[in-house]
Amino acid sequence: MREKEEAGFVRDISQPEIKDKILIESPQSLEMVKRLKKSTNARLGVGRAGDRYKTETLLKFRADHAIAQDAIWTDIDETLIDEMGFYKVQTLVQDKEEYVRRPDRGRVFSSETMEAMKRDCIHDPDVQIVVADGLSGFAINANLKDIYAIMMDGFAEKGYRVGTPIFVRYSRVATMDKISEALGATVTIQLIGERPGLATGESMSVYMAYKASSQKPESQRTVVSNIYQQGIPPLEAGAQVVHLTEVLMREKKSGVELKI
Amino acid sequence: MKLKTNLFGRTYAFRDVKDVLAKANEEKSGDMLAGIAASGNVERVAAKVVLAEMTLQELRENPVVPYEEDDITRADQNAVEDIAYQKIKGYTVGDFREFLLGATEAEIAAIRPGLTAEMVAAVTKLMSNMDMVYAARKMHVEATCNTTIGRPGTLSSRLQPNHATDNPAGIMASVLEGISYGVGDAVIGLNPAVDTLDSVADVLKEFKAFMEKWQLPTQNCVLAHVTTQMKVLEKDLAPMDLMFQSLAGSEVASRAFGINVALMDEAYAIMQEKKSSAGPNFMYFETGQGSELSSDGHHGADQLVMEARCYAFAKRYHPFLVNTVVGFIGPEYLYDGRQMIRAGLEDHFMGKLTGIPMGCDVCYTNHMRADQNDLENLAMMLAMADCNYIMGIPGGDDVMLMYQTTSYHDVAALRRITGKRPIAEFARRMQELGIFDEQGHLTEIAGDPSLFYALDKKLAGGIAV
Repeated sequence: MREKEEAGFVRDISQPEIKDKILIESPQSLEMVKRLKKSTNARLGVGRAGDRYKTETLLKFRADHAIAQDAIWTDIDETLIDEMGFYKVQTLVQDKEEYVRRPDRGRVFSSETMEAMKRDCIHDPDVQIVVADGLSGFAINANLKDIYAIMMDGFAEKGYRVGTPIFVRYSRVATMDKISEALGATVTIQLIGERPGLATGESMSVYMAYKASSQKPESQRTVVSNIYQQGIPPLEAGAQVVHLTEVLMREKKSGVELKI
Repeated sequence: MKLKTNLFGRTYAFRDVKDVLAKANEEKSGDMLAGIAASGNVERVAAKVVLAEMTLQELRENPVVPYEEDDITRADQNAVEDIAYQKIKGYTVGDFREFLLGATEAEIAAIRPGLTAEMVAAVTKLMSNMDMVYAARKMHVEATCNTTIGRPGTLSSRLQPNHATDNPAGIMASVLEGISYGVGDAVIGLNPAVDTLDSVADVLKEFKAFMEKWQLPTQNCVLAHVTTQMKVLEKDLAPMDLMFQSLAGSEVASRAFGINVALMDEAYAIMQEKKSSAGPNFMYFETGQGSELSSDGHHGADQLVMEARCYAFAKRYHPFLVNTVVGFIGPEYLYDGRQMIRAGLEDHFMGKLTGIPMGCDVCYTNHMRADQNDLENLAMMLAMADCNYIMGIPGGDDVMLMYQTTSYHDVAALRRITGKRPIAEFARRMQELGIFDEQGHLTEIAGDPSLFYALDKKLAGGIAV
């Protein structure tokens, strides 16, 4: 940090280690405050200016909120999706604004889209992969490449027939049921951007279901969440997903019906 | 009953009481999502005009969910006291608004047992934001558990030491820092990440031991599902000062929360027998506009009237704490800071009018069009409205529930701005521990969790907690 300041930069408050800094002026026991802070990622030991935050605390919070808002309101950059050759569809939603206000429209496709998918995509795959922007396109771009490679290697090794990889724009989780029904998939796996927490706009979830169906309750889904570099790293999550896929295939069920 | 009016040369006609109530609601994205909101500003006002001429009797006789179909409607209607009801049933909603603005605290208290949720929601739709703050200040609702909350001149706080994995050391780290800011007089209450008997019992014990060691006059609570807490009590696993549950405003929506009136009656009875607290009020409830629609249990009614019905449900159990978690549900129900602020003021006002000791989790999620300034605005308005309590959390960032609520700093600053204090016994103890000065302000050493280390050393030469 110091070198950068000397090079004419104001220090970068988005660095994660800033959260570890103790800002209390002359605490009774610095050792104890350090120990307490290690036990939680809550914003402890920040001290105060009168009864308010110190400037650094205030600005760090604002920065963390700003990046979370950008993760939500920025349309996903589809360069990577295109490079990886995904089949692209969109729900009934037309823009981010509508996406946020109308969860119902983010769960379904037009009949034209459904017909096109049936026409263009592989039917009856063992594994159907669906990538959805959800509430954070950043999360997809941060994790997709790593997790996808591991998953595809794993599925190839098991000899699973993998369907056409589909990307859904403005998608809620439930689109996986529609796609599963349209294509007759055995296991459907959806990678979706989570609702960002402060400074965690890159967190992704994976929802999986055996013969996913809009007739079944939400509890049909098995979930791996918190996938990002500081949470469950995407490579590790990919290995988990491959393992879970095997379990779903073997047990012929998923979600709460599966006591793993 | 008149359901039509003309405004600016156009006729506005409404289907029934439920339709008038929905269209008279201030703008909320949740009512739009439900397809029941007014189609424009003039229609909204037309509905308010029609509502202003409706009588409280008409509202009582037209609950938004029929008596036969819903246990909350039955609980609410059966609780109405006839003497109070007879005094007000002839009021129009417009009259009722003026009564609330002009009446004394005692006059409002006298008619309160005659109210139903639909009356409470109806008058709220005619109140401006300042009306609600002005009237709420005349409706103090006190409740007593180990201590008494809601007295004029107090602003209490829940210490919310949530942790991503319920690690006991991590939870207690947030507790220590919270107390060092004078936060936690309403309750030390954890939202558990893990809803198991052992984990819930362990945290309850940990809180109680800490309260006893430092002689902190407050309450402990773990906000697990009520059935988990009932098992903890049945097996005598841990001391429990307050029992918690989230409530919804209809029988169908309650089912999504895994509860109904009969189950809550049972929970209340067990708690009455087994609780570790002193006073007659030992229940803690959370609510929030929109949960009924999200579980398809709104019966075509707007989210404000469904919220008022939560308070009728809560009232049955003489709670110590009730708070709306106002901005937690997301932008499809409350779109932005403006709607969140309005809803927070509405919920607090309705709770107080219903007669429950109302607080507020002043909060927002990252996918709402809201920010820290909106949160601070609502918190300041609620402090002016004599809201019983707000939340206190490190840096305003809940690292388990992933939303933003009021911080330890916000609690301290609001007390300084308004001259309010925590509950008296708690404030006194803060002074003894050196955290408050004689004016109730934070001292030089406040805001440092390691002050307990120094105190421990001074007291016994031991290791801090």
